[in-house]
Amino acid sequence: MAKIKMHKSSPHVDMTPMVDLFSLLLTFFMLTTSFRPQEPAAIDTPSSISEKQAPEKEVLTLSLDKLGKVYFNIDNGPDTTTKFRAKLLEKMGEQYKIKYTDKQTETFAKINAFGMPVQYLASWIDKKDGTERDKFQKQLQKENKAGIPTDSVDNQLAWWIFYARQIDVNIQVVIKAESETDYKRVKEILDILQDKNVNKFNLTTNLEKVEVKLN
Amino acid sequence: MAQIIENNAGKSEGGKRKPKKHSTAIDMTPMVDLMCLLITFFMLTTAFSKPKAMEIVLPEKNDDTTKVKSPQIPEARTLNIILGENEAIYWYIGLANPAKPPLPVLTKTDLSKDGIRKLLLEKNKDVYQKITELKDKITTGKLVIPKDSISSEIKKIKNEDKIGPIVLIKAVDNIKYKEFVDIIDEMAITNIARYAVVDINPVELTMIQSAPK
Repeated sequence: MAKIKMHKSSPHVDMTPMVDLFSLLLTFFMLTTSFRPQEPAAIDTPSSISEKQAPEKEVLTLSLDKLGKVYFNIDNGPDTTTKFRAKLLEKMGEQYKIKYTDKQTETFAKINAFGMPVQYLASWIDKKDGTERDKFQKQLQKENKAGIPTDSVDNQLAWWIFYARQIDVNIQVVIKAESETDYKRVKEILDILQDKNVNKFNLTTNLEKVEVKLN
Repeated sequence: MAQIIENNAGKSEGGKRKPKKHSTAIDMTPMVDLMCLLITFFMLTTAFSKPKAMEIVLPEKNDDTTKVKSPQIPEARTLNIILGENEAIYWYIGLANPAKPPLPVLTKTDLSKDGIRKLLLEKNKDVYQKITELKDKITTGKLVIPKDSISSEIKKIKNEDKIGPIVLIKAVDNIKYKEFVDIIDEMAITNIARYAVVDINPVELTMIQSAPK
């Protein structure tokens, strides 16, 4: 009887289609990802059922850490010509009689949140990179100088908000506070905002699901 | 791996030197490995980095009270919620007016599922049912309306509400921010039509002192 000839199949699988698909997915994800910007302080936000996306453009973000220190951030606006950050720094410089060089303004436009009195801002901007700036911020935290002053003697936060609103009337306020922050402190910040005629806020939260039963 | 063994075996058997036959297939396993890794990384980072936001609108501050009269609220519909120390919640209905004794009695509850939520649902049964019915109709396909008008439909139900509670949220000073967010969230969960965050008054502070522990 004739032997049944077994097909000698190669153990090799053609991986080309798989690789094709993978490259496609990879490109897609790489292009769509928006990385979380560097935060000056780690903040653990409370959770809510709200499914509304936090606004991404034209936002003024006030972060509050556990101790109630305020960190300020603003984006550059809807397109490259708006240059909110540069304008804001210039205005604040005028208010506090601090001259910022063109290079400082340019750097400031590219970087992120900060939490310090305006007097330290120039030396923070002059640090050579993000890691150094982070170190500077941490150092201030250790010396208890971090956070934007909010006391009535020198309410710098109010000025930041005032000028930000002057530059862009449509700016939305996002408050990102740590769950463990005292409510009293949050209320103070809300009061400052309300003094500047901001009555609508977005509170950053994590999404959670709840079960509701009506009996 | 398999490929290497195969090649070695071939070499040891045939002693003669043959012109090397190059295979056109390249071993893509490491590349695929790396891609898998990267894709997993990007997939995970994109999915979790989208923050959500809860919107609140506070009543406008009004220094000149003579010009604009503050809205009159029917007493029986007013539900006062006071956030107290140690995550306690007190509530009473009506108005605490020392000139008109007796003062309302505070009831203590908490932020759990059977605490304040049960109370709010009971009070707000009408609106809550209407909104769930609307949502059910939409999900089952009985009612077809454009997606962006759902929220305006819900708003309409809330505006038409005449019997639901008007919740006034008050808080003592030394509570955590989380509790504040939680109670606002409770309003969203139970679909309360009207609520406001207001300052606590001294009468209520004394009421908490004598409240049931």
